[in-house]
Amino acid sequence: MRRLLLALLIPALGAGTALAAEFNTVQLDKSSVSFVSKQMGVPVEGRFKTFAAQVSFDPNKPETAKTQIDIELASIDAGSSDANAEAKGKAWFNIREFPGARFVSSGIRSIGNGRYEAAGKMTIKGRTRDVVAPFSAKADGGQLLIEGAIPILRLQYGIGDGTWSDTGVVADEVQVRFRFTLVTKK
Amino acid sequence: MNLPTAYTRIAIILHWLVALAVFCALPLGMYMHELPLSPTKLQLYSYHKWLGISVLLLVAVRLAWRIGHRPPPLLPGMPRWQEIAAHATHHSLYLLLLAIPLSGWLMSSALGFSVVWFGVIPLPDLVDKDEQLGELLKNVHATLNFTMLALILVHAAAAIKHHLFDHDGTLARMLPFLKTGPRA
Repeated sequence: MRRLLLALLIPALGAGTALAAEFNTVQLDKSSVSFVSKQMGVPVEGRFKTFAAQVSFDPNKPETAKTQIDIELASIDAGSSDANAEAKGKAWFNIREFPGARFVSSGIRSIGNGRYEAAGKMTIKGRTRDVVAPFSAKADGGQLLIEGAIPILRLQYGIGDGTWSDTGVVADEVQVRFRFTLVTKK
Repeated sequence: MNLPTAYTRIAIILHWLVALAVFCALPLGMYMHELPLSPTKLQLYSYHKWLGISVLLLVAVRLAWRIGHRPPPLLPGMPRWQEIAAHATHHSLYLLLLAIPLSGWLMSSALGFSVVWFGVIPLPDLVDKDEQLGELLKNVHATLNFTMLALILVHAAAAIKHHLFDHDGTLARMLPFLKTGPRA
């Protein structure tokens, strides 16, 4: 629905100005969503292989930008097969009940030097929290490379309940990192 | 050059510190890898790695100390084969005490779980993440450990044999409180 809306909206915005440089299509094969958690003080990287991202972003008009990221939690690679199985279970993501996580931006602003901040709502395990994601945007030929991170506190979403809630073992802070390659499609 | 007649106090302390660390790390390693994933398992793995890196450092210090402070020669009167066996065991143990923590460190790097010593000092990854290499190193680590366990048993059995059956001062050289006889 949102995509349809964007598809209708974008040509309307672009009409009349040849300079419009709104990037509106994420090239999934050149994009990634990963995360870094800290286990016993050790940063451990993982990633989600399947996600969808709708982004419309004009570096010169960030305030008009919009984004929505949908992550398929079952596609998690948490570093080992043990960890993958555990992460899908009830205590962590409980993917049977909550298969997806979603970030929806509410406002994006420039903070200078090619850096921006996306405020928005993160929903995981049925709980929605406000987050602020700093990111950078770099034009490269006809592409725009966006890199940033959404810092979350896992316990606010009930990720790693019960025995896992000991933040001395797995820290509360988790960085959800995203890297999107955007192009403009008319 | 005069041959030393005793181990230095530092050499004795280092020997027993390494022994203590191995005595904890080895059974811990055997126990922990069977556990299902849990916070306890993550903790135990970390403790094991901290101990292992400690062994690596302690053994490096021991070897450096040994260069400047030669150990006393074996007590006279031992059969030649026992002398050869004793030296071979000691040298193999030194080698394993370095190779085992290194293989563990390599394994951690290959499996993507870096080592942060005592949760404070991050150690660099020795290799890039590579699951196959990690599995191979896991086998290497285990094999080296079973070899070391066998050698430790030989080492300890020989020390006890010297003490109980030969009644020589071999064990007392490393365990000074065992020393009996007239006080100097």
